[in-house]
Amino acid sequence: MSMNRREFLQVLAVAAAGGMSLHSELALAEKGAGKLYDLPKFGNVSLLHITDCHAQLNPIYFREPSVNLGFGDQFGKVPHLVGDKLLKHFGFKPNSIEAHAYTYLNFEKAAETYGKVGGFAHLATLVKRMKARNPGALLLDGGDTWQGSGTALWTNAQDMVDACKALGVNVMTLHWEATYGEARVKEIEEKDFAGVVDIVAQNVKTADFGDPVFKPYVIKNMNGVPVAIVGQAFPYTPIANPRWQVPNWSYGIQEENMQAVVDEARAKGAQVVVVLSHNGMDVDLKMASRVRGIDAIMGGHTHDGMPAPVVVKNAGGQTLVTNAGSNGKYLGVLDFDVKNGKIAGYRYKLLPVFANLLPADPAMQALIDKVRAPYLGKLNEQLAISEGTLYRRGNFNGTFDQVIVDALIKEKDAEIAFSPGFRWGTSLLPGQPILMEHVLDQTAITYPWTTVSNMSGEMIKTVLEDVCDNLFNPDPYYQQGGDMVRVGGLQYTCDPTAKAGQRISNMMLRGQLIDPARTYKVAGWAPVSEEAKDAGEPIWELVARYLRDVKTLKPVQLNMPKLKGADGNPGIAL
Amino acid sequence: MNNQRRNVLKTGTGAAVLGALAAAGIIKPGIALAEWNKAAFEAKSMADTLKALGAAQPTDSKEVQVTGPDIAENGAVVPVGVTSAIPGTTLMAILIEKNPNALAASFTLPAGTEANVQTRVKMGQTSNIYALVKAGDKFFVATKEIKVTLGGCGG
Repeated sequence: MSMNRREFLQVLAVAAAGGMSLHSELALAEKGAGKLYDLPKFGNVSLLHITDCHAQLNPIYFREPSVNLGFGDQFGKVPHLVGDKLLKHFGFKPNSIEAHAYTYLNFEKAAETYGKVGGFAHLATLVKRMKARNPGALLLDGGDTWQGSGTALWTNAQDMVDACKALGVNVMTLHWEATYGEARVKEIEEKDFAGVVDIVAQNVKTADFGDPVFKPYVIKNMNGVPVAIVGQAFPYTPIANPRWQVPNWSYGIQEENMQAVVDEARAKGAQVVVVLSHNGMDVDLKMASRVRGIDAIMGGHTHDGMPAPVVVKNAGGQTLVTNAGSNGKYLGVLDFDVKNGKIAGYRYKLLPVFANLLPADPAMQALIDKVRAPYLGKLNEQLAISEGTLYRRGNFNGTFDQVIVDALIKEKDAEIAFSPGFRWGTSLLPGQPILMEHVLDQTAITYPWTTVSNMSGEMIKTVLEDVCDNLFNPDPYYQQGGDMVRVGGLQYTCDPTAKAGQRISNMMLRGQLIDPARTYKVAGWAPVSEEAKDAGEPIWELVARYLRDVKTLKPVQLNMPKLKGADGNPGIAL
Repeated sequence: MNNQRRNVLKTGTGAAVLGALAAAGIIKPGIALAEWNKAAFEAKSMADTLKALGAAQPTDSKEVQVTGPDIAENGAVVPVGVTSAIPGTTLMAILIEKNPNALAASFTLPAGTEANVQTRVKMGQTSNIYALVKAGDKFFVATKEIKVTLGGCGG
């Protein structure tokens, strides 16, 4: 299937004009594409799962990581497999459509062949088909839905709220949603979502008395089977994101409360208990090994597009753990066959959303076009042409982040630059124009301010060690699920297997070792402290100015740390 | 959310309620102060603190549970709790290894009190915290690591 979307639509138009049935032509085209979406009906309970779409309403390119390391108990285990190792583990052929859907392999060529992924109009078509297949199916949204695009930011999340209602989301949980502030989240829950979408989160309580802020769970009746959906919001929201945006809410993993909630749902008659989680996959795997009575944890946050569930044994039996990737690229479909109150079997499939293979749903497309119309001039401004591939995802750096730290160093006249290890952000192919929209895809947050600080060499090391422990602490409950802070100017050596505080060494600037006592000029963005509000211009303005000057962006050199202890790790391919 | 309770406290009648509880003998303000152990609270290291409490070598116990976040949301106010299932628990203390003064709190339990306390502690950096429990003349201990991080950079 090497047709692009326009050619694809032309074929359909010709077919229609020639009096052929549009439907049968479409069916033929899809057959050629490998029956990707022909899923036989199974069982009586069907859960559809989207997560971490990061407000991408239109189809995009997204390169999966070539660095997603796991150590200790996580070494070589799902989700810490990349490229060939991932294909082998899940039994996919190289150069297949699945190889492109789940790995970075051959990214540029495969992306040209198969086209863009995701897009709510295409996702809507797929959701409709899955709901037609099992009319009781529930659509679950794992969160990180309202943030990640210019339009989501400018409409105060309204574009995504409306799109999710149109998509038919039934239940959701939260992470970045909270960065619009407590009042906005509650307003959406109580007005837009009232009677339509349930927000669930067992682990968000008031900071004063520990009262629940959201419903911990809901029980939905599906084809006669009571199914509980328990919510687990991102446990470290007030740490990874600004505390001042949720000053009255307290989070945490709250494993004991999770057990109590699961037990309560069972006592109320739930025959299937599913946790809709924003823990991140490693945290979900640990939680699954310790909490009893959960049939499946459908997870997100770490953006791991894992084609099959991990089956975790625990004292109560077993729990399936899934993770459904990011950026609207996939729809997870979990089916249970429930007989006499017990689960007799299950099927899971993570369906990639290929925009060329799923026609846009006209109503959703109209909604998207309408919400974007006032902003098109701004979004479509061409800033530069990229000669190389631009992407973000990876444990240590991505080419788009390299552009951001390069821009920070130049525009702020800094020696060193830091950019947060976010995992969202779309990809661009060589030769594609970089539009303002693409810069916003990497930067659109509610605390986008740029900063310049004088930091001692000792403090720089402390920062790197702190973030590195959030990524590589051997205990998943102490991890936060982001990637390593991206660093410009500074080179360093990283040993993820070392103890906390001893992973970073050999920090060099322009060939000189960093002096712990000396002060360095460090630029950054996305400060979490309230004092840093409005510190400097928003990052997208700085990056846009830099790109307008550059005009043609040559392939960038990735500043990667020298790694120790990662030899032979199936979570890295360089 | 229990707004009634929140409003009672906000409007200031809360003070009156607490006063009434104290008057009724439900809360005894003198209890905690009565057993103030100056040497223990002023000790710097874990070892000196344990010595000052007379608990040089406490026994690890699964009967003692220490609860708290895995990563603190705010190092200045970290919610920490201790429970003990050991009969005759008379003292519960919270020690933070890396704090300038290890002993953060000490609770004396009158007979018949449920051995379950909650408080907020201040932590300057990632540290193990210890729940020390006295029952009879024996000391028991449980531990948990609480991480204090700079924040930012997540997901």
